[in-house]
Amino acid sequence: MSAETPAGKPRVRVFLVDDHSMFRAGVKAELDTITDAVQVVGEAGGVGEAVAGIARHRPDVVLLDVHMPDGGGAEVLRRVRATDTDVVFLALSVSDAAEDVIAVIRAGARGYVTKTISSAELVTAVLRVADGDAVFSPRLAGFVLDAFANRPGAAPINDPELDLLTPRERDVLRLLARGYAYKEIASELFISVKTVETHVSSVLRKTQMSNRYELSRWASDRRLV
Amino acid sequence: MSTQLLHAPEAEIDRIERAATEVAEPEDLRFYRRREGRAVAGVAGGLADHLDVRVLWVRIAFALLAALGGAGVAAYGLLWAFGQQAPSDRPAPEVGARERQQAFGLVAVGAGLSVGMGTLSGMVNAWVAGGIGVALVGTALVWWEADQAQRRKVKGALLGGGRAAGLRVGAGALLVVAGIVIFLLRSIGLDQVQFALLAVFAALIGVGLLSVPWWLRLVRDLGEERTARIRTEERAEIAAHLHDSVLQTLALIQKQSEAPREVLRLARGQERQLRSWLYGPAGYGARPGVPEDTLSEAVNRIAGEVEDTFAIKVSPVLVGDCPLDDRLRPVVLATREAIVNAAKHAEVAEVSVYAEVEEDKITVFIRDRGKGFDPETVPGDRHGLADSIHGRMERHGGAVRLRTAAGEGTEVQLHMPRTKVSP
Repeated sequence: MSAETPAGKPRVRVFLVDDHSMFRAGVKAELDTITDAVQVVGEAGGVGEAVAGIARHRPDVVLLDVHMPDGGGAEVLRRVRATDTDVVFLALSVSDAAEDVIAVIRAGARGYVTKTISSAELVTAVLRVADGDAVFSPRLAGFVLDAFANRPGAAPINDPELDLLTPRERDVLRLLARGYAYKEIASELFISVKTVETHVSSVLRKTQMSNRYELSRWASDRRLV
Repeated sequence: MSTQLLHAPEAEIDRIERAATEVAEPEDLRFYRRREGRAVAGVAGGLADHLDVRVLWVRIAFALLAALGGAGVAAYGLLWAFGQQAPSDRPAPEVGARERQQAFGLVAVGAGLSVGMGTLSGMVNAWVAGGIGVALVGTALVWWEADQAQRRKVKGALLGGGRAAGLRVGAGALLVVAGIVIFLLRSIGLDQVQFALLAVFAALIGVGLLSVPWWLRLVRDLGEERTARIRTEERAEIAAHLHDSVLQTLALIQKQSEAPREVLRLARGQERQLRSWLYGPAGYGARPGVPEDTLSEAVNRIAGEVEDTFAIKVSPVLVGDCPLDDRLRPVVLATREAIVNAAKHAEVAEVSVYAEVEEDKITVFIRDRGKGFDPETVPGDRHGLADSIHGRMERHGGAVRLRTAAGEGTEVQLHMPRTKVSP
């Protein structure tokens, strides 16, 4: 198996973590057939297996199920990232409840997509996180907007750098929540796709680091923070 | 959808249920006290059912036996204590008024005979017999109440039946004590009674103390048993829900596997239903404390309706929330109309809806990546966009913006200022 795509870029090595073997098989087959850009190098059906497998294969991107026995995706994130912060995680889940989404993002995932996503979109998302960018589903963008909203009576802001979104970031998030692709956002706001990516990454960082009450509450609902 | 589609799973369920009843079928030959149509505790009736003779004969036998030094009364008491009350689902025999009168008459005869014969034979004197009689009536009252409690299926304690039950048990206990006191007064002297009562109380307290661990265990076991029952009931409810919803949908999906649109519609509908069942009344990411009728709930609801009707995927994203008022209801209706338009005309599988609640305004975007259209060329007889969206929004002080072009999808933007700033 060649490590290079025809375009010359190295293939993105993907590791699948999901407790449903049927789902793993499906994703693997889809990724293998529709693209040359990614390559599934391994898979795991449980937390322990995943931690060991990720350490052995050292993949570029881990596709991580949120709900699994023994602590779920958040536990995998915690254990892997304790020793290795280079591996990039993309959470993939059926649930898009705020607690789940925010919890894995704050545990260190660089993106969140639901399992109903199309295969082509999944490939795009994998490539994007592999490049170091963030992937926000519309609903995740909605949650983040909600969490950073300036409501009367909200908790005071401790760190404006982390606890507030810039107007531009807000605009980008709004368009993401409306279902716009990065390219469409760029042309809508008259900025480059690269700038859109920068804004989204910055929002991701704030979502992960901010101490805003809503974020810590959503995360603590899954005993994470 | 025809019921034929459900044929296979239903037949399967039928078979399982039949098998279950067959296992429980063997006839129950145990002696049960009658639940209905009884004079005292249903012992005579139960015995008659058990031996397959007439109740009247059994009752006469008890009454006659009562004359032999109270043997009938003792036998009745023992059968009462050891015989179980019939389960409520056993068929009860019809009992006429005449039979009831006979029964009560025979009870009186039996009591009279036992006391009378006892007195006549000189085995006991009238006082002793009276004391014992009063005590027996008291005991009967307490036991009868226990039966009643079991009938009511009172959860837990024996005394859990309201004031009337407490009164009955108290009266019974009082009668028993009175009977014993009468008995003692006649058998021994007054000064000895005091001593005897003291001894009895001391013994009772001793027994009470000794049996504390046993009582505690009883209470704990009862609690555990109740927890287990609640858990079982909960599991049964979940199983029933999954059976009614998920399993039926899966069965339908298997039958319709060659119709992808239909499968998609079923799957989406089921997913939404299951989510709202799992995550509470407000659907996605239920937030407790949000009042009943809110914008987010309304938008999720209409999104679900359109999904069901047009077999497309509608993914609403909501930022902020507020209660519905008279200015927001038109927004919700216009949103619905816009989603329906997209579902009908855009030829897409997915419509995204984004609603944001800000302090001073509400904005809703309904977007599809479908074929789009040229607003200038819409025939004049199409009222959807003009009346249901533009007209509705403008009448209530809102505005509509439309972005579309042939081949580039459509986005309807609804803006509505809010009536009041949220507190």
